[in-house]
Amino acid sequence: MSSFSVTEPTKRTKWFAGTMVIVYALITMLPLAWIMMTGFKSPADAISYPPKVVFEPTLEGYVNLFTTRTRQTEEFLAANPPETWYEEIVREYDMVIAGPSKFGERFLNSVIIGFGSTFLSIVLGTLAAYAFSRFKIPLADDLLFFILSTRMMPPIAVAIPIFLMYRQLGLSDTHLGMILLYTAVNISLAVWLLKGFIDEIPREYEEAALIDGYTRFQAFYKVVLPQAATGIASTAIFCLIFAWNEYAFAVLLTSGTAQTAPPFIPTIIGVGGLDWPAVAAGATIFLLPVMIFTILLRKHLLRGITFGAVRK
Amino acid sequence: MAQIIIKNVRKEFGDFTAVKESSFTIEDGEFFMLLGPSGCGKTTTLRMIAGLELPTSGKIYLDGEEISQKPPSQRDIAFVFQMFALYPHMNVRKNLSYPLVSQGMARRDVKAKVEEVAGILGITDILNKPVGGLSGGDRQRVALGRAIVRDPKAFMMDEPLGALDAEFREHMSEELRALHDRMGATTVYVTHDQLEAMQMGDKIVVMNNAVVEQFGTPQEIYDKPATMFVADFIGSPSMNFLDFSGKVADGATSVDLGGQAHGIPRQMQGASGDLVFGVRPEHIKLSDDGAYRGEILATEYLGTTQIITLDTPNGEAKARIDSAQVAKVGEKVGLSFEAPKVTLFDRAGGQALRSELNDGVLSNG
Repeated sequence: MSSFSVTEPTKRTKWFAGTMVIVYALITMLPLAWIMMTGFKSPADAISYPPKVVFEPTLEGYVNLFTTRTRQTEEFLAANPPETWYEEIVREYDMVIAGPSKFGERFLNSVIIGFGSTFLSIVLGTLAAYAFSRFKIPLADDLLFFILSTRMMPPIAVAIPIFLMYRQLGLSDTHLGMILLYTAVNISLAVWLLKGFIDEIPREYEEAALIDGYTRFQAFYKVVLPQAATGIASTAIFCLIFAWNEYAFAVLLTSGTAQTAPPFIPTIIGVGGLDWPAVAAGATIFLLPVMIFTILLRKHLLRGITFGAVRK
Repeated sequence: MAQIIIKNVRKEFGDFTAVKESSFTIEDGEFFMLLGPSGCGKTTTLRMIAGLELPTSGKIYLDGEEISQKPPSQRDIAFVFQMFALYPHMNVRKNLSYPLVSQGMARRDVKAKVEEVAGILGITDILNKPVGGLSGGDRQRVALGRAIVRDPKAFMMDEPLGALDAEFREHMSEELRALHDRMGATTVYVTHDQLEAMQMGDKIVVMNNAVVEQFGTPQEIYDKPATMFVADFIGSPSMNFLDFSGKVADGATSVDLGGQAHGIPRQMQGASGDLVFGVRPEHIKLSDDGAYRGEILATEYLGTTQIITLDTPNGEAKARIDSAQVAKVGEKVGLSFEAPKVTLFDRAGGQALRSELNDGVLSNG
């Protein structure tokens, strides 16, 4: 006689669920895999029809991404034999490397602005969330609603006023300006998410620390912060993903010094024809930091997404 | 080691009054119980002594020093929480060291002190374990250790046994009491369990609805309840309340109940109207020839004694009698009461009437 259990799924259900997850993962990963593959294709392979799944991998796309190149006369090429492997790749097109491209700089901008705004959002968000969670604040509910309301329209709806404000304040095309902007957008999310996490931490821990002779702030960073690590990690991922991927404001407010990678990558297309492998290489490298960050904090993220769903 | 004086302390949370003007004194070295039903203000009182809440008005003296508005870190009071509140990200040793580190004690001294306390509590072998996997009893010991490690002036305990299962509670309460006797430190202990309070306490404060109902030794509180609430709350089964109306004169030594005269302690206060004749179950005697009769409704066998539920002319009552005595349901028996142990109450206010029995105790409340 087979027993029926409400909580334990049957073998068939497990098998079905597993298959669905794998199919879904394949579907969502296909574009990613395609971009990564394209990055290692030659320009001809990249645009061949039908698309090539099996091809001869080359680093051409990556070389093109990181360099600027010029076409040279045959005499010049003959007089200057290629010295490095990447020069050899370029020589196939009768070109020499003129210098590094701007990609490195733009990527670094993305890192500074993305992580900078994430850090600032988390610091401010944690402090605010702690205050909302633990202290009696007059009109606390209204303030929380007000904070949330900044998220009720797409940020780009206020692009023009921000553009004008930034021009007046001299914040256009500066790292600080972009960090402030992304922090402003992320902070509401950070406060709300973190308040939920801090609410779950019993007050007794801090009270114990207060009794043990610590000040309120010491109790906060020695006892509450380690407890909130999970929440902070998952909130940080959400903030970073937004700041990292943001395109519209980056196009609008940056052009040089503080330009991030997202608006830069499409400009590669214009340099010497449709260089899809270089664009794909740029996209691949661009994906890596968020991917690594997310994988590192993956456990926290899972718990972060489902937090509050189950009462302990 | 210190005396704690609570003087007219009041605490309001917005419109809600958690504690109304309360006053009592906790003597140096006393094991002091704050007893009452949930929501009566006992925990709030404890938290005010510790400094986790600040009183709205009134004064708290610790060792002669007024501390009511000081932060907890400056009071030198330890607190044991109901859920223990061990720092979950630290192991046992770090939990125990934490209060010492905050005082800036040298590392070597901290280590020595922690080992000593661990020895006292018998937790030396778990010092390097994370607190997450500990059993309830070990958590309790670590929480106690964290409290005693820095030799505070007084201990506050908020239902420290509440999270343990019944079997272990008994054991832990003995351990706690033994620890207190050994350290001799002033301890304030919050509980809603009257048995626990009676067992462990040197003195008990009974609170109800934000008010101190009575304050005294367990014997005083049991034998000489100041209010009907205390009489009802303490003891199991609780005191019987037989309603009657009439007049009791100052100096009276008996009262008319169901047409019979019953002896009472000599009254020192006259009263009339709706009154209550309060008598503990063990002070009711069953006799065949008594003129005041009741019918046995039920019996509960408890080993050495049995509890008899009776229908009397003045309402239902429970008697605790020897289990050897025969009592059959439906039988009518004569009842007599131990006169010196009876307390009369005023039905409306619930206050005990002053008599030879409780004179001198009521003024404490």
